[in-house]
Amino acid sequence: MLTVRNLTVRFDGVTAVDDVSLDLPTGEVLAVLGPSGCGKSTLLRAIAGLEALSSGTVAFDGQDLAGTPTHKRGFALMFQDGQLFPHQSVAANVGYALRLRGTPKASVATRVASLLDLVGLPGHGDRLPVELSGGERQRVALARSLAADPRLLLLDEPLSALDRELRERLAGDLRGILGRAGTTALLVTHDHDEVWTVADRVAVMQAGRILQAGTLDEVWRFPVSGEAALLLGYPTILEGDAARLLARAGDHEDVESVGAIALRRSALRVDEVGRLGGRVLSATLTPDVVRLRVLVEGLGEMHAVAPQDTDVRIDHDVRLRVDMGRTAVLPEPAPARREDPAVR
Amino acid sequence: MRGNWGLRLGTVALAVVPVAFLGVFFLLPLSGMLAQGFWVDGSLDLSSLSQTLSRPRVQRVLWFTAWASLTATAVTVVLGVPVAYALYRLDFPGRQSLRALVVMPFVLPTVVVGVAFRTLFAPAGPFGFLGLDGTPVAILAALIFFNLAVVVRTVGGLWEGLDRRREDAAAALGATPWQVLRTVTLPALKPGIVSAATVVFLFCSTAFGVVLTLGGLRYGTVETEIYILTTQFLDLRAAAVLSVVQLFAVVVLLLLAGRTRGGRATALERSGARSSARRPGRRDLPALTVTGLVVLFLGAPLLTLVTRSLRVGDGWGLANYRSLGTTGEGTALLVPVWTALENSLRIAVDATLLALALGLTVAFLVSRPARGHAQRRGKAVLDGLFMLPLGVSAVTIGFGFLITLDEPPLDLRSSPLLVPIAQAMVALPLVVRTLVPVLRSIDPRQRQAAATLGASPLRSLLVVDLPLAWRPALAAAGLAFAVSLGEFGATSFLARSDRPTLPVVIYQLISRPGAENFGTALAASVVLGVVTVSVMGVVERLRVGSMGSF
Repeated sequence: MLTVRNLTVRFDGVTAVDDVSLDLPTGEVLAVLGPSGCGKSTLLRAIAGLEALSSGTVAFDGQDLAGTPTHKRGFALMFQDGQLFPHQSVAANVGYALRLRGTPKASVATRVASLLDLVGLPGHGDRLPVELSGGERQRVALARSLAADPRLLLLDEPLSALDRELRERLAGDLRGILGRAGTTALLVTHDHDEVWTVADRVAVMQAGRILQAGTLDEVWRFPVSGEAALLLGYPTILEGDAARLLARAGDHEDVESVGAIALRRSALRVDEVGRLGGRVLSATLTPDVVRLRVLVEGLGEMHAVAPQDTDVRIDHDVRLRVDMGRTAVLPEPAPARREDPAVR
Repeated sequence: MRGNWGLRLGTVALAVVPVAFLGVFFLLPLSGMLAQGFWVDGSLDLSSLSQTLSRPRVQRVLWFTAWASLTATAVTVVLGVPVAYALYRLDFPGRQSLRALVVMPFVLPTVVVGVAFRTLFAPAGPFGFLGLDGTPVAILAALIFFNLAVVVRTVGGLWEGLDRRREDAAAALGATPWQVLRTVTLPALKPGIVSAATVVFLFCSTAFGVVLTLGGLRYGTVETEIYILTTQFLDLRAAAVLSVVQLFAVVVLLLLAGRTRGGRATALERSGARSSARRPGRRDLPALTVTGLVVLFLGAPLLTLVTRSLRVGDGWGLANYRSLGTTGEGTALLVPVWTALENSLRIAVDATLLALALGLTVAFLVSRPARGHAQRRGKAVLDGLFMLPLGVSAVTIGFGFLITLDEPPLDLRSSPLLVPIAQAMVALPLVVRTLVPVLRSIDPRQRQAAATLGASPLRSLLVVDLPLAWRPALAAAGLAFAVSLGEFGATSFLARSDRPTLPVVIYQLISRPGAENFGTALAASVVLGVVTVSVMGVVERLRVGSMGSF
């Protein structure tokens, strides 16, 4: 069980990690989700003992790690580009931690072979890292991290350097491998897919602070604030009258209590019987749906989707139905209507 | 196709100029020198080889060269690696000035360094009590002083670019700091350490000015022995034998080093952005201690040189500097020192222009992407060919000039271009090594993009290559200028007695008796050092990463 309490890391007056507290029960995978520069990598490095804490504590199984240097923490660290040792073969890379401990050669070989099987690379032991593809390198890096049976596996954007298809496949594998090995892992990433496929729990981080933490489902369905909602893939937030107008159109039970609503891109659907009306500003065809920008009466410019076979034309009027399952009512009013097209 | 042929012909024509230059001014003198040794009465005669090598004095010289160079190289690497760590991996105030201080000795003229160490170890000097004056230890110290810059720059540059996260990963897997260093960091630095050690060994074993000024006639390396054999004993055959031995050793060494470096596929994945230097901690104490000692070691001779030059009898004064306008005590010189400085500067300008023009051409040709096997071969050969002057003693080149360029159509003995040409030959490898990495780093797709936008080859050169290459070209010019100012080996043969350069004059002054002459030599050394360091200071501001890299 990893316990982080009031962890703060400052460099040269900049607070990279600001009063962070986290709990990670043994056997679970926690993802810290945040945009680049939010301090999540620094948090990871601080937990690993690679960054000095300005204040706060990191403890494992109740033992404070303040005086324990990195190499005595019994953790393992895996980076987005693997950071394999280029002068060592795949087998030597995987067996690195075992050799450090003076494990007999024969047992190192057996363990390396079984780990390479586990990550789906049997018989690759004699290759050099340069001879591997990006995905294979990540698998080797994972095997190397698991070899030492770490108490805690720290993963820094483990899959984001890979292309989409490989990332999806490897994310599934990673989940399976971590599950089978029963590993406790902390993952930091900016990638929603990585969180969904690999983690049990998620913490949303912004500007050095944890905004919200909980199970995947809980966090995704009930963002605690507009800030968290933006990071969790709700690009639009409506407040006040606009929020109530939308809630009413979506048949929300208690319209008057609604202060702010966060909307996913697909919260509004083109539907002849929809309650909202608007004019199409632009349309983009994607493999699944047509994505629209619609000027909606009383709400302003909004994202919307239409089934692929609908006939939508720019400057024509459409009716829109609200899919409340694609929205989240926020518990507190956000400061202003915000929109961040960069976050899906 | 016609345009293509035109381009190819143009490329070949471009290659002809530097190759011809190398042929006439390097290979010809070299072969002339060799012919002196092995071509007797119109036939090959190898008997001189065994005759020379069996002489006890020659054996002593070979032995001294080997162990002195090896020891100096080993010490330089052992001291240089921690300094490289401290100056490139740690962040502390004054780091930039320390980097500049470490580089300074490398560009100081050899004669200046020789004089500085003599002052330091002289019986009346600050370290006189050690009794090291005229011992091999003084020579070793000077060689280390010179070459630390090579190790610190090469290894430091590599270290700075190493991704710190690889070490972090090892630490997280349970490696102690020492294990991280041994199993991850040092293997990653190995190519840099090997190539730096090779270059240092090369410089040590062919060092001339330093050894001549510090060792006198008692301790000599192969290089000084060639000089003494030719100038004092006129024993050209023995000198030629030693040149061959030296050339052979250098080529073998370079080949071996090339193998070690490229032995296994150790692709260096460098990422500059990620690895920031960090504040020093308690475990950096050993590296910082070594760095402090090295700084003292580098500063002491320079400081002594400057303070002694201001010493007049028992007091202080500028008398030594005033005598730079005279021809020395008992007319030790033919021209005043200031005139020699003027000569030096003029010659350096000519040599720099020559080295830069040739170096740019070679670097341009070598760095173009090769099409096909034959072209790649050709480029590799060209690249290697222009590295050769680095391994051949400047003394050999200088003397070769004298014996081959002495009759029509090439009688250059009295030409004012003789010295600049020889110095350009010495500087050329450094110019090429500075430019090639930069030109190679240009993505050929940039030129292709320029071409698709309608740029002619010449225009794309101006638009794509020039903006990236002008800084390194300026840096290379500065380097060539500094090398030329300090060049002593070849110049000592070739400079006419009525037109000496400053290093030649300094050597003349210290080999004459008289405290006053030595004082003048100190002042002249300070002047030469200041001029060279100023030039290099300007170059350093250009911040060219690959400068003088090997």
